Amino acid sequence: MSDIFPKWTNKLPAMVIAGGLLVGGVVTAGVTYYLTPKYARVGYTPVQPVAFSHAIHADQLGLDCRYCHNGVEKSWYSNVPAASTCMNCHNQVLKDDPRLALVRESAATGKPVPWVQIHKTPDYVYFNHSVHVNRGVSCVHCHGPVNKMDEVRHSQSLGMAFCLECHRDPAAKIRPNDQVYNLDWQAPEGFAQKEGAKLVKDWNVHPGESCSVCHR
Amino acid sequence: MRYFFAFLLGLALLSLTVFGIAGRRGTDFRKPPLEIFDDMVRQDKLRPQVPNAFFNDGRSSQPHVAGTIAQRIGNVNNDTWQASAKNTGIKPGSTNWVETIPVPVTTALLARGRERYNISCLPCHGASADGNGITKKIGAMAVVANLHDQRIAKLPDGELFQVISQGRNLMQGYGANIDVNDRWAIVAYLRALQRARLATLEEVPAADRASLK
Repeated sequence: MSDIFPKWTNKLPAMVIAGGLLVGGVVTAGVTYYLTPKYARVGYTPVQPVAFSHAIHADQLGLDCRYCHNGVEKSWYSNVPAASTCMNCHNQVLKDDPRLALVRESAATGKPVPWVQIHKTPDYVYFNHSVHVNRGVSCVHCHGPVNKMDEVRHSQSLGMAFCLECHRDPAAKIRPNDQVYNLDWQAPEGFAQKEGAKLVKDWNVHPGESCSVCHR
Repeated sequence: MRYFFAFLLGLALLSLTVFGIAGRRGTDFRKPPLEIFDDMVRQDKLRPQVPNAFFNDGRSSQPHVAGTIAQRIGNVNNDTWQASAKNTGIKPGSTNWVETIPVPVTTALLARGRERYNISCLPCHGASADGNGITKKIGAMAVVANLHDQRIAKLPDGELFQVISQGRNLMQGYGANIDVNDRWAIVAYLRALQRARLATLEEVPAADRASLK
């Protein structure tokens, strides 16, 4: 009669524990690495219906962000410009170019250009653009160097850890109000400790870290 | 023990496969991000400027119903529809332009005007309003007005306001993009630019004169 439990079964508990730990470790590592906007959203570069280049308009031509996103200082969301704003120039520039057909149609009929939204926080996040841009938080902090992008690419995670990093230490990122739309601005050495801290104090910036600051 | 090694090998292969397919963080991709259990993340509510099937035209942001006006914008009463001098640049009850800016012209208004001018006007008319903006430089626009031209400098303030609001010739109106107050701020700043162009050396403070030579 053979053994019911052959000799190798002595090692079975050890193998089960080791195997379990390994599987657990690999799964945890995978979830930590993949199930986060750092993986899921960063790098998103959809093909847009009109090949609009921020690099040409904002960097080469030097248009201010607010020429097109003209509601950003007053509104909680930064508006995509109306097609009529595009036509301010494109009624003369590239007037009959087929690449702008959708924009001309939109301006003429009111049918929206089907732009693809790239930066999308969850619907339970209430991010307010105006309060940030009016208090020294630049576009570049959340959207990356858009003025250098031919196609806009999701460049920051916009996850909660990302928001809190700044909310816990606003002086580190704050800048003078007249540099908010200058995406190339670099803080001089020691700016955060002196001028940054002063701006936070003068403007009474209390970003808040409680849930209801952003969630409601 | 053999089985255990086989298991380890399997786990390693599986991890490599997942990594091989899913790739690293931050690589560019075209397809919309995958959202699992998204019923709280994407709620059935209207968000601005996104497609929404609720309305016939598929827009979440609806244009005004024809013939109606907003009574309030945010928390502020909307009086921009009233036919006042401030809203039209025309003296009420007449067809005459208002000669001077109908809001108090302060240093703050001029500063605001400079900021707004640099956002919306500078691309074509240039920083000093001489019509040498970037669009002229790259040859994109056939004609850009030099705002120091006598015929423009002599326009009443109300007419300048009206041109900003409704446009003129090839220039489209900016009424939809720039607030009423900001349009008057731009008029004020433009007047400052025009005045500065006409200044004589005697008007420059003595201390600064040397720097001009």
